[in-house]
Amino acid sequence: MLLLIIFVLTSIAYVVGRSRAATLRKNGEQLHSLPRYYGYLTAIYTAVPALLLLAIWSASEPTFLKQSTVKTLPAEVQSLPQGQLDLVLNDIKNIATGGITQTADDPLREASAKHYNDRKNTSQLLKSIVVLVASILGALYGLRKIGIHTRARVFVERAMMTVLIACSCIAIFTTVGIVLSVLFESLRFFNKVPFTEFAFGLHWSPQTSIRADQVGSSGSFGAVPIFAGTLLISAIAMLVAVPFGLMSAIYLAEYASSNVRAWAKPLLEILAGIPTVVYGFFAALTVAPLVRDIFEGVGFEDVASESALAAGLVMGIMIIPFVSSLSDDVITAVPQAMRDGSLGLGATKSETIKRVVIPAALPGIVGAILLAVSRAIGETMIVVMAAGLAANLTINPLEAVTTVTVQIVTLLTGDQAFDSPKTLVAFALGLMLFITTLILNVIALVVVRKYREQYE
Amino acid sequence: MNAQEKLNTTEVVRGSLKRRYAREKRFRLFGLAAITASLTFLAVLLITITVRGLPAFKQTFIQLEVTLDSKTLGVGENPDINELRKANYNGAIKKSLTALFPDVKKRKDKKALYKLVSKGGQYDLQKRVMADPSLIGETLKVWLPVGDDTNSYIQGNIDSSLPEKKRRFKDNQIQWVDQLTEDKQIQRRFNSTFFERGDSREPEMAGIKGSLFGSMLTLMVTLLLSFPVAVATAIYLEEFAPKNRWTDIIEVNINNLAAVPSIVFGLLGLAIFINFFSLPRSAPIVGGLVLSLMTLPTIIISARAALKSVPPSIRDAALGVGASKLQVVFHHVLPLAMPGILTGTIIGMAQALGETAPLLMIGMVAFIVDVPTSLTDPATVLPVQIYQWADLPEKGFVEKTSAAIMVLLAFLIVMNAVAVYLRRKFERKW
Repeated sequence: MLLLIIFVLTSIAYVVGRSRAATLRKNGEQLHSLPRYYGYLTAIYTAVPALLLLAIWSASEPTFLKQSTVKTLPAEVQSLPQGQLDLVLNDIKNIATGGITQTADDPLREASAKHYNDRKNTSQLLKSIVVLVASILGALYGLRKIGIHTRARVFVERAMMTVLIACSCIAIFTTVGIVLSVLFESLRFFNKVPFTEFAFGLHWSPQTSIRADQVGSSGSFGAVPIFAGTLLISAIAMLVAVPFGLMSAIYLAEYASSNVRAWAKPLLEILAGIPTVVYGFFAALTVAPLVRDIFEGVGFEDVASESALAAGLVMGIMIIPFVSSLSDDVITAVPQAMRDGSLGLGATKSETIKRVVIPAALPGIVGAILLAVSRAIGETMIVVMAAGLAANLTINPLEAVTTVTVQIVTLLTGDQAFDSPKTLVAFALGLMLFITTLILNVIALVVVRKYREQYE
Repeated sequence: MNAQEKLNTTEVVRGSLKRRYAREKRFRLFGLAAITASLTFLAVLLITITVRGLPAFKQTFIQLEVTLDSKTLGVGENPDINELRKANYNGAIKKSLTALFPDVKKRKDKKALYKLVSKGGQYDLQKRVMADPSLIGETLKVWLPVGDDTNSYIQGNIDSSLPEKKRRFKDNQIQWVDQLTEDKQIQRRFNSTFFERGDSREPEMAGIKGSLFGSMLTLMVTLLLSFPVAVATAIYLEEFAPKNRWTDIIEVNINNLAAVPSIVFGLLGLAIFINFFSLPRSAPIVGGLVLSLMTLPTIIISARAALKSVPPSIRDAALGVGASKLQVVFHHVLPLAMPGILTGTIIGMAQALGETAPLLMIGMVAFIVDVPTSLTDPATVLPVQIYQWADLPEKGFVEKTSAAIMVLLAFLIVMNAVAVYLRRKFERKW
């Protein structure tokens, strides 16, 4: 509502500012900029200070309300520990908004709720008034500035520039946000569970931490089986993706007619466009039973219905287009002269490819494979749906294993208390995941970039 | 050194030629096989899903003559809304079923009989009566959805040659259904329930409307946030940024973010948006925030490519007639680059539409029946709905999951087709 009013005011300010500048211009004044820039200028003065005020007020409002409400509570309630106090406050808020409460009519809370409501209403009224006044003052100031001495275009462009720079910093904020959030929670986890246990422990069973009477009571957080499971599934995926992807890329780049290429390339890329949840469904429902039937038919016993092989196979197929399109790019980037030289010496096409093109393109291909590995490690839905939950330390692809991403999902879905090691460990796993993929990506990017420079 | 030896080399080469050509052929075949195998897999995937999902677009209905007398319904003379809502519609349905098969006497058999009609049938009745309370006391001929097992029997998914104990659908039920089919009281129709309802525990009553709306709201937030920011970033980096350390860092950052696993964005959303800013869980606004952070790099990278492809002569000409640098960009370069930017945006949106993992982290995975109407309502999205249904054991949900996947893929195909069309139509060679 308030936002709408500000928007309307801003629009009015723009129109008024522009027409005022236009009249000045008609009267023969030598204005610096076109009239519409004066319109923008007034609009900026109208909107920006008001919006800033609104943001600050809205952000600090809950804290003020909370403090003022706490003061109305009796001393013994005030001295409760933070968690219980929050519960009481929540109750009061619920009464105030007419929601459902846990405790039946409590006059004390009712009174506090009334106080809370009063304060809230006052605060909102005040907020509206202050923001509107700021907006109008801004508009008036902007209008007054219209004249020969104001270089409106420069001002407006400077403002635009600030916006552009701010936007481009969001990418950095995102990275910082990821690192901070994951790191902070991980540190809290490592306060409770030593890093060495996490990194070298062979036993993973975070669920036991719920029972307080257990010895140690904090479950066991040896993450080695999880890392091993992740590596196993990723390795299977790469065993599928690298040969298929590479051979596809070679065929498309070196042999295929342009017609075939025009069709096959987008079709292959569809594989990359299919949502991973679809692959997961397919892996769990079609591939996993198939794998089990085949291997049990051959004579293996105890093939898990959620075998690592099924998840890895499907994941590998999903990654084929990554490997193929990236390798395709690097293979086509190899200069034609190198091929011509080899062919001229009498080598066959396949010999040229194997002995000249691939070695020349190798750094790029390695980069592509590294990117694909990082993709495989971070892939979530396929393994959540098709791989198991049990943390087995095994290299048998027919057994069920679990991965980092599966554990993060299972530990963090549903309601959870935010200070138990069971949920915090998910962030520690996330940190490991982030670091691993980051390193792989950086190496891959550096390798690819170096390689490109070589032939440019 | 002499003719003799040269001849020998030629002979050696000739001798090995057969082997080398065979190798050449084999290599080529491997390549072809790799592509064929990948494409075959794609075909298998799509065909399996279509075959599984198609039946879900049809639903079986059973025709019943339901007498809505106030005694069975347990309502008074002039029932108010509340009474109507709580009335015993199930009883009325049960009565009409018993009227159809008066010989069924045993409790166990009766129970089996009642299972023919879906538990959701009563809500259909409820809706009709609440819309028109004068129906009470009348006898209606209504089509009600059948239960899950009946549905799979009619689709031929239940093998009646198995011994009775091994199947969920018993002999007497088969007999009833066969009789009803003969009397033309069972019909298959287009499954509008699937598009008109939210989630449900009963497969025959579950629909994707809730998750479709959730997806739309989430994507709207994503688009509104990521498009302007991404375009602004791309403009700054491509047109204005000085080449220095800071912009280098930004660039490396963006490239890196494009390759960070999506689940890490989910962790970010959970820790920052939900725990720190205490935004509501399961809400489309948080989902949209997380997804826009995720799609930003995609859009930025394609927008930069589009801006780069605008030839410098355009800029020079505009500068030459006295435009300021910002005017050059906003009046000339940006409009020319727009088709390319839009293509990239649509592709980014398609990615966001199919994304599941980060949304699981921020709690968009709850069982939600209602259709979300605002940005802070608890909601779920289409891929998450697919994930949830895939976990359910009922046979009916396998179909529903596949059908939901088909809807999702249809959306993705349309979006990508639009992107390709835009690119073709506005592609310019300078």
